[in-house]
Amino acid sequence: MTNGLSSYFTDPVQWAWAGVLFWLTLGFAALLLQQVPQLLSRLVFPLGALGALFIAGVGVAGLLLPASAVVLPIGLPDLPFHLRLDALSAFFMVLLGGAAFGITVYASGYFKSMAAGPLALLALWYHLFLGGMVTVLLANDAYAFMVAWEVMALSSYFLVTTDHKVPEIRRAGFLYLLIAHVGAISLLLTFGVLQGGHGDYTFDTMRLAEMTPFWASAAYLLALFGFGAKAGMVPLHVWLPEAHPAAPSPVSALMSGVMLKTAIYGLLRVTFDLLNIQIGWWGTLALALGLVTALYGVIFAAVQSDMKRLLAWSSIENIGILLAAFGLTLIFTTDGKGALAALTLTALLYHALNHAFFKGLLFVGTGSVLHATGVRHMGHMGGLMRFMPWTAWLTLIGALAIAGLPPLNGFVSEWLLLQAFLQTPGLTQPYLNMVIPVAAATVALAAALAAYVMVKFFGVIFLGQPRDPALHEAHEAGWPERLGMLWLAAGCVLLGLFPAQVISWLAPVVSLLTEQSLVNDGNWLMLAPVSAERASYAPLIFFAVVAAVLLLTFVWVRRVYHGRVRRSDPWDCGYPEHDARMQDSAEGFGQPIRQIFEVFMRVERETPDPFSRSPHYHGASLDKAWFIFYAPIARVANWLSEQAGRLQHGRIQWYLIYSFATLIFLLVFTTR
Amino acid sequence: MSLTYHLQIVNLLAALLLLISFAMLSQRRIAGLITLFAWQGAALAASTALVAWSTGQHHLYYSAALTLVLKVIAMPWYFFRVVKKLNVDRDVEPMINIPTTMLIGIVLVIFAFNLALPISELSGTVTRSTLGIALATVLLAFLMMITRSKAIPQVIGFLAMENGLFFAATSATYGMPLVVELGVALDVMVGVFVLSIFFFQIRETFDSLDLKHMEKLREK
Repeated sequence: MTNGLSSYFTDPVQWAWAGVLFWLTLGFAALLLQQVPQLLSRLVFPLGALGALFIAGVGVAGLLLPASAVVLPIGLPDLPFHLRLDALSAFFMVLLGGAAFGITVYASGYFKSMAAGPLALLALWYHLFLGGMVTVLLANDAYAFMVAWEVMALSSYFLVTTDHKVPEIRRAGFLYLLIAHVGAISLLLTFGVLQGGHGDYTFDTMRLAEMTPFWASAAYLLALFGFGAKAGMVPLHVWLPEAHPAAPSPVSALMSGVMLKTAIYGLLRVTFDLLNIQIGWWGTLALALGLVTALYGVIFAAVQSDMKRLLAWSSIENIGILLAAFGLTLIFTTDGKGALAALTLTALLYHALNHAFFKGLLFVGTGSVLHATGVRHMGHMGGLMRFMPWTAWLTLIGALAIAGLPPLNGFVSEWLLLQAFLQTPGLTQPYLNMVIPVAAATVALAAALAAYVMVKFFGVIFLGQPRDPALHEAHEAGWPERLGMLWLAAGCVLLGLFPAQVISWLAPVVSLLTEQSLVNDGNWLMLAPVSAERASYAPLIFFAVVAAVLLLTFVWVRRVYHGRVRRSDPWDCGYPEHDARMQDSAEGFGQPIRQIFEVFMRVERETPDPFSRSPHYHGASLDKAWFIFYAPIARVANWLSEQAGRLQHGRIQWYLIYSFATLIFLLVFTTR
Repeated sequence: MSLTYHLQIVNLLAALLLLISFAMLSQRRIAGLITLFAWQGAALAASTALVAWSTGQHHLYYSAALTLVLKVIAMPWYFFRVVKKLNVDRDVEPMINIPTTMLIGIVLVIFAFNLALPISELSGTVTRSTLGIALATVLLAFLMMITRSKAIPQVIGFLAMENGLFFAATSATYGMPLVVELGVALDVMVGVFVLSIFFFQIRETFDSLDLKHMEKLREK
């Protein structure tokens, strides 16, 4: 106060806080702007997008500048908010700001047709959600962290239940809220263990605390559970395929692309920063859980026929890959292989960034399809590429990126991760040496199946013939939507083409956590982790060759055929009679996977009667985890509440006896 | 010298209070119950006045007068009117038969005396020995509420409990400040009115004042 305003907002952490305050102000201003719907729908989201760009910029500054901290005079008496911006927080802020910018630009067009009242509320929760996530990244004490974590969970709950008149959505929202809070309790306990009896909940004290292996393991397990619940780790994933499809598409994009990453951030923060020791089996556990999650997620993604549910399951798969990378980093760190730990951590951070962009892009793409067609079930789509080329081409970039095809970004991070897996023969533990090749194979399998899933996703929605005559009326997305998607697609392309640069930006984060950074043995054009003899990747050259071959083929074909173009229905395989119903359906495409992996699911099929006049087919592959883990818990909870319900007789006499007995008991108890 | 006489009379009134409590436990007719309630109020008013006279605590006179007006005259009169209007003065079979109730009552009295023993030794007032009786009156009134199934006896049980508390207050501490007592009296009056509105509503809904019909209200 004494130095006036000039002493404020001098460090990156204060700029970041200013960004949060801007978003909060914007959210509450949206409530007041209800009376002026034009301003509300035209101004709020574009300004929010500028805020996201600012946060991304602050993140870049945070990566370049040394860590800065601030104590805010808000919160409870004697319990102020401590904020700190170091390289790790800064990296996740870049991720958040970068993805949120594109998504919010998209949202400014997507929500245009909403009524003023709901739109104002949505804008409030949306900006609270963004602000909450940034504060989670900035928090430097457990109290601020938990407050921000809860703001994030609650605001996203309200965003998920935007359409609260639909009972299914209310149910999905409740499930989300429940698991979010079970996770939050676990986090609270983590911090309780981490403070080690000092009663001081600032992260600075936790960093200095000396933990015994037992208590450190307890803190780690609690954190893995708590953050795993937020991230969608199997078997805590059940909320994710329910809540993500229920939310409006830009919100799904934010939740999937950004919010899940806050859990990864928390896991990294607690394990590598707050805990002073790491133990080898922690990594093995995380690796195993991550692999199960990745495989489970991608298998279920393959059998979905709701496009947003498919993407939600694919998010589970990507979280699994991130968790596996996290586990491998831990294994390398505890084994004293600093350089390899740095490589794995780089792959992890890179993949987190990539996933934010391509999953955000795909989710907003489904939003445009949903707006154009009004359905989420892929069985009613097809051939949309003709009616909405912008959405289709931009979604194609996202689909190729997530499928891990070069030269896009998904390839780089998965390649780096597989490189790290290939280095494991250097480990000192023989058992791990034997098992980890299997893990590498699992990651490769998950990546391949992800490509399969994307062929299904893109092929059934955009290619072929329209399965529904109403699709001919489908309209292309508006300009704000296209711009938002363009930004995210550009992110996918640029992150894929310039990996050497990206890795040099990641270096401060990696060296913060592993005390080493990844050495790029190549040059600005070529990425070569560890050594150039072993493996290297030059995306620009690759891209140039692909483009040249494509161009040559195109020119050659044009020259040979002289433009003799013949038009026919796509995919008709030469049959004279072919209509849209003969195309491979979404269920049909997933059929082989369902056959192979039937042990994981409970398949419900309803086949039509041969003599039925209006044949109807219904098939669903349900998650067995629900029936194994959750249904028994729900039954026990129901049984317990029924037992408690027996106390409620409805007879006044019994209630009087309860109070009488309590009175007598207390009298005896106090006078004894 | 006169203090011992007063003490004797206060003790006598206390015993009367306890006796009336037992009588209420055994009384089946609602009209009889109301009469007993009025007598209990009268005993309470008399003992309060006596304590006031013997200790020179003038504000207790007001308390006594308030008790007399409210609990001996106004409320019994009001209850008689309700009973007449609703036509509910029939024999009521209590949920537990009367001899058993009396036995439980005796156990409660022993318990109350046992409980009051250490407390009354701490108290320095002349009437401290009556604390056990006051506690017993509260517990017996509670017991009456439990064993009756009709609405009016329950309200009377509730008011009898209030009598016991009031007696405990006067016997152990020479009464509460007048403001508090006025407040309590007002509360009791409002309570009675609200409950009597409930009587009519319950009667209208279930065609009876028997509370077992309210079991239907529970969630199934």
